[in-house]
Amino acid sequence: MEATKKGFDFKKFMSDNAMWFVLIILAVALTIVRPAFLSIANLTTLFTSESIKGIITCGVCWTILSKGIDLGPGSVAALSAVISASFVQSDDALSRLHSIHLPAIVAIVLAMLIGAVVGIIIGWLVAYTHIHPFIATLGSQLICRALAKMYSSAPVSNLDEGFRNFAIYKVAGIPMVVFIFLLIFIISWFMMTQCRFGKNIFAIGGNDQAARVAGINVEKNLVLTYMWSGICAGLAGALLAARTDSADPSTNGLQYEFDAIAAATVGGTSQTGGVCRMSGVMSGILVLGVINNGLVLLGANDNLTQIIKGLIIVGAVVVDMRKNAKKP
Amino acid sequence: MSEEYILEMQDIVKEFPGVRALKGVQLKVRPGTVHTLMGENGAGKSTLMKCLIGIQPPTSGKIIFDGKEVEFKNPLQAMNCGITMIHQELSPVPERTVCENLWLGRFPMKNPLICDHKRARQEALDLFQKWKLDLNPDDMMKDLTVAKQQMVEIAKAVSYDTKVVIMDEPTSALTETEVEHLFSIIADLKSKNVAIIYISHKMDEIFRISDDITVFRDGEYVGTDRAANLDVDKLVTMMVGRQVGNMFPKVDCPIGDVILEVKDLASGRAFEHVSFDLHRGEILGFAGLVGAGRTEVVETIFGIRQKTAGQIFINGKEVHIKSPEDAIKNKIGLLTEDRRGNGIFGLLDITENTVMANLKNYGFPQNHKKMKEDAIKWNKAMRTKTPSMEQKIMNLSGGNQQKVLVARWLLLDPDILIVDEPTRGIDVGAKAEIHSIITKLAGEGKAIIMISSELPEVSGMADRMIVMYEGHMMGILDRNREGDTPFDSDEVMKYAHGEKNDFATAK
Ligand SMILES: Nc1ncnc2c1ncn2[C@@H]1O[C@H](COP(=O)(O)OP(=O)(O)OP(=O)(O)O)[C@@H](O)[C@H]1O
Ligand SMILES: [Mg+2]
Repeated sequence: MEATKKGFDFKKFMSDNAMWFVLIILAVALTIVRPAFLSIANLTTLFTSESIKGIITCGVCWTILSKGIDLGPGSVAALSAVISASFVQSDDALSRLHSIHLPAIVAIVLAMLIGAVVGIIIGWLVAYTHIHPFIATLGSQLICRALAKMYSSAPVSNLDEGFRNFAIYKVAGIPMVVFIFLLIFIISWFMMTQCRFGKNIFAIGGNDQAARVAGINVEKNLVLTYMWSGICAGLAGALLAARTDSADPSTNGLQYEFDAIAAATVGGTSQTGGVCRMSGVMSGILVLGVINNGLVLLGANDNLTQIIKGLIIVGAVVVDMRKNAKKP
Repeated sequence: MSEEYILEMQDIVKEFPGVRALKGVQLKVRPGTVHTLMGENGAGKSTLMKCLIGIQPPTSGKIIFDGKEVEFKNPLQAMNCGITMIHQELSPVPERTVCENLWLGRFPMKNPLICDHKRARQEALDLFQKWKLDLNPDDMMKDLTVAKQQMVEIAKAVSYDTKVVIMDEPTSALTETEVEHLFSIIADLKSKNVAIIYISHKMDEIFRISDDITVFRDGEYVGTDRAANLDVDKLVTMMVGRQVGNMFPKVDCPIGDVILEVKDLASGRAFEHVSFDLHRGEILGFAGLVGAGRTEVVETIFGIRQKTAGQIFINGKEVHIKSPEDAIKNKIGLLTEDRRGNGIFGLLDITENTVMANLKNYGFPQNHKKMKEDAIKWNKAMRTKTPSMEQKIMNLSGGNQQKVLVARWLLLDPDILIVDEPTRGIDVGAKAEIHSIITKLAGEGKAIIMISSELPEVSGMADRMIVMYEGHMMGILDRNREGDTPFDSDEVMKYAHGEKNDFATAK
């Protein structure tokens, strides 16, 4: 109708970046109540503790974007953690699963490969058998957790320094795991905005029939999506083991997928598919991180943390639905 | 002889589980011509096109394109070889921009890894300029009107280096000016020796632009002829296999009391100051261009939208309709315009779709036998073409889905029936039937509101006509019962374009 006005759309900017404003408000409020929040030490802790979930989120948001979901990453992380850790145990470790020893970098790649394989299987199931991703990944969640426990009944600990350094080595006082998270985030952002793969997934999530008719290979792209989510989860698992010097098959990554889904959702990734922005995802990761961190600073108990997180997630989805609802 | 045709399809058979949609049909298209495919709803037109471009491979048959036998595995292959299609029932990717929708699946690349956003935008602008399309590559697809979305589809189809463009009912959502524009694009394509396969139910369009016409009936080939050798009657007989009587079987019936009264109704900025009354036995037409706010008015009456001002009275009592449930309780029925969005339940079968608005009439536990009987009765009345009542509605042709929806509201037996574009995408035979059913309902004392973008339809059917323009009522016209023309179409168009306004002071 009327010529569309070019230039700055204030309302759109506000609604697109709402979570960043929430983040700033939270941070300011916390700093007033607990000035320690803004200390370098605390911020480093905050980033370090959110990095591994952040990596998983960078994978999970793609599956949500494609109108699916991934409930597997926590268990995939546990599986890849125990397997990769078992190849980098120090020679003097008390209980060793086997005596094969691999270079640290190979163990990390192995972890990502494990994630990739699980992802490909899930992606194949979702794309070709059309089972709902919720069910497919619920299966992978149960199976991978069980496989991890079968692989090692006890935590795998006493890991090589070289392996551990992937998470704890500090550059300018910041642990390596933070940099790896940022790297994965940038790769994810790059694929989403600059590569055809990203555009294809937006199309598939937004309207898979239209995507198919435009000649996009929907099945192949779905497999790649779940593979990417698996790779992120596998890497997260290895880093988890490296950070704590122990890979625990029963607790590693437990419920991380929910935090990741929450962060992606709070960051504006729509469950209806076809909508996701990496900057939003980052804001979601940070908002949840600040809440975790802040409630610890305030000495709140864990249950309260969960309640507040729950409210924020539901609130974010309500806001999202209202934003996309038919205007009156 | 194959030199003469750019595309030949021979003995194409397509079977779906339990349905033989195409029973060995043929199609021969000459380059640089408009070849129209005609046939009733469910005749197999869309299916044949899907076979051609590889969405649903044919069960058997031979396709010769550009002198070579081809068999496309997917639409991308077909596009790359020079066949593109504008689909009948395909919505775009709503959450992306016009630009990204245009380059869906083939975004320009800087190198094998990185997309070239600048070039994509520039090429989109060039394309829009070349075809004189009023589109902005940065707009979100979901913010566009249906007509503009359709223009994007058209832009997409002509952006390839094509030899054949298939247009499956491209004008069903376009306004008159846009239709004219499309026709100029088609003329341009013809001059570049591109062939167009055109599917439509609108007779006037067909005779304006067609060179050749091929007719199908029930999945069978009836015949092909030059358009010049045919006329409407011949064509309809070929299509339907019988003669169709009067398209607008309007019967004057006694107009009763006021049943619905709307006072100064508004809903946000979609429309304002809408006031009218509706009598029993009356057909009230709403004319205007696509996007004039007519759909919004009836959605508000039906409770899909919330009113922001005004009052609604039924039988003299004020009612507060907040949801479609309230509306149905007040015996209002609405046949919506957006059949895929809020009409059909794709995965449910025909019986279920027919009785859906009426479930409380089947008691507890639900009487399935009666459901099926009712569904059969009304779908028979509508002449819905389906292999069985258990077919998923999703698998019916577009026009037949519409018939099932009409059957749904007829079954509900409302006092006030609102029909929004009731014959969009419906073939001539069925159109006449829907018209006669509407007339019959009015004769039984029901009140009808009918929205249509086809002026002849409103003129042919309405007792009074309200013309809207950009969310405002421009005039209320009475049917001229004496003369040949019930409404002066020039005058209606003046109102519809906002050049004439009887309510200028009311603003
Ligand atoms: N996927 C499917 N499964 C089963 N039957 C189908 C499927 N697709 C189409 N059909 C059937 O094939 C027949 C032809 O449908 P088609 O959509 O080609 O009709 P059409 O000529 O395009 O009609 P319209 O004018 O209403 O668009 C119909 O009877 C329809 O029910
Ligand atoms: Mg069709």
